[in-house]
Amino acid sequence: MSEGLFTQLLDLACGAFLLAAVVVLWRRELAAIVRIFALQGVALAVIALVLGLHEDRWGLIVVAVGIGALRAGLLPYLIRRALRAFVAEQNGGDGGLGRHGGSEEARETQPLVNVAASLLTAAALTLLAYAVASPLVELDPTPATRALPVGLAVVLIGFFVLVTRRRALAQVVGFLLLDNGITATAFLAASGVPLIVELGVSFDVLLAVLVLQVLTLRVREAFGTTDIDDLRELHD
Amino acid sequence: MNTVGYTAIALQVGAVVAGAPLLTGLMRQTRARLEGRVGAGVLQPWRDVRKLLRKEPITPVGTGPAFRWAPLLLVATSLVLAVLVPLISTNTPVRARADLIVVVALLALGTLALALGGLDTGTAFGGMGASREMTIAALVEPTILMAVFALSIPAGSTNLPVIVAGAAGQPARLASPAGLLAIAALAVAVLAESGRLPVDNPATHLELTMVHEAMVLEYAGPDLALVEFGAQLRLTVLLGLLASLFAPWGIATGASLTAVLLALLLVVLKVMVLGMALAAAEVFWAKVRLFRVPELLAGSFLLALLAVTVSYFLGGEGGQ
Repeated sequence: MSEGLFTQLLDLACGAFLLAAVVVLWRRELAAIVRIFALQGVALAVIALVLGLHEDRWGLIVVAVGIGALRAGLLPYLIRRALRAFVAEQNGGDGGLGRHGGSEEARETQPLVNVAASLLTAAALTLLAYAVASPLVELDPTPATRALPVGLAVVLIGFFVLVTRRRALAQVVGFLLLDNGITATAFLAASGVPLIVELGVSFDVLLAVLVLQVLTLRVREAFGTTDIDDLRELHD
Repeated sequence: MNTVGYTAIALQVGAVVAGAPLLTGLMRQTRARLEGRVGAGVLQPWRDVRKLLRKEPITPVGTGPAFRWAPLLLVATSLVLAVLVPLISTNTPVRARADLIVVVALLALGTLALALGGLDTGTAFGGMGASREMTIAALVEPTILMAVFALSIPAGSTNLPVIVAGAAGQPARLASPAGLLAIAALAVAVLAESGRLPVDNPATHLELTMVHEAMVLEYAGPDLALVEFGAQLRLTVLLGLLASLFAPWGIATGASLTAVLLALLLVVLKVMVLGMALAAAEVFWAKVRLFRVPELLAGSFLLALLAVTVSYFLGGEGGQ
């Protein structure tokens, strides 16, 4: 692969990766958020694939395929299934008010920071990531390390989603954004971690999502909603 | 070079002035056809202007100079924009003055004049429309600046003809992530600035939703004709700017007359296609609630800011 084409493809994939994180902040419907998260998984897989093809490392290509399957396929599928279960239960559960309740559960209605302000915060976080990463980039300015701030920005934005959203599923997406950002940073800074470590991390994430899903179901059974604000006191 | 340059400017202004009402007519006609109506025809805005110009000029009691000068200032700034923005040729005698910041300031001056005119009437609607318009303008102007800054970084200048000529010579610049983000941001900003559907409904007279219409409610006769004409000019110039920034193919960069004529034909086609696409999209869009408009505009500002950071850092600080 020629150097120019490599840079172009890598920049495009990184741009899409960052854009997906921003659009997650923008949208309110959880279904749309999950779809965008899946697209971000595809962008992450493309970053790994481009790096692997550029450096002729087959391990990285295998990792890219695995990441694509996990982050663009399996994880969104799990979240979507949980979401559908909530909405269906809500609709079946309380007859007349069901439609309204169902849509309530499927939307992030009132984030702690309103959407316009969180978009501007995301802009500030991106600039912060660029400022923090610039000494690292100067060490070895290749196209991959130049894109390093993108990974850091997604880490920060994921953290922001994690702390400002109220619905449990939106917070799960925030956690996964954070993890996507960490993986991207690893790829861009060091061309990825060894295959065995990557496998371990991937299974960890999968397990965490499964545990969070069960936890969310329990929260839902106990309180009738997944709004985290209701968890003010301990129940037995 | 000078004769061809002046010819290009004359052609450009002529095309914008003659074409602005036709573009609005075309967009209305497209909407009408898609909604299953017959429509009034493409020439209707020109007929409206003629009808309004024949009427007696009336100003409300108690209004001052702001009300009387606003339509003239709006049309004047739009005409200066039509001269400055490189639509058919980047090699014109005014190219040294066609700076991005001048263009945005002229846009803001027109908006401000109209808002002052709306305030001057002292009616509830005028004040409400003016305050809404200024809220939107305060978010739109920085977005336009940012989005074009993203494109000006690879060109190394904020001069619009230089940016357009650079992009025409190197189309790869536009396919970069910075270019794509800037296109999205600028498209939203243009929709908001020209008062089109997701932000403001140009066909409404419902008090709760109107922005532009509320400001111009007190105008009548020739003044109203000028206000309408100014709004049409702005829409045309902004769509033309969008076309020449992101699809600069065919724009004349040299000093040959045939290239200028070809560019004129192409830019008319491009603006027509953009206008029809916009009108077709408006059939399917609903107006965003007024309180969600800052959200939409903050999003587009963020896209523009990302475009600037991405083009600055990924492009490798001046390394291209």
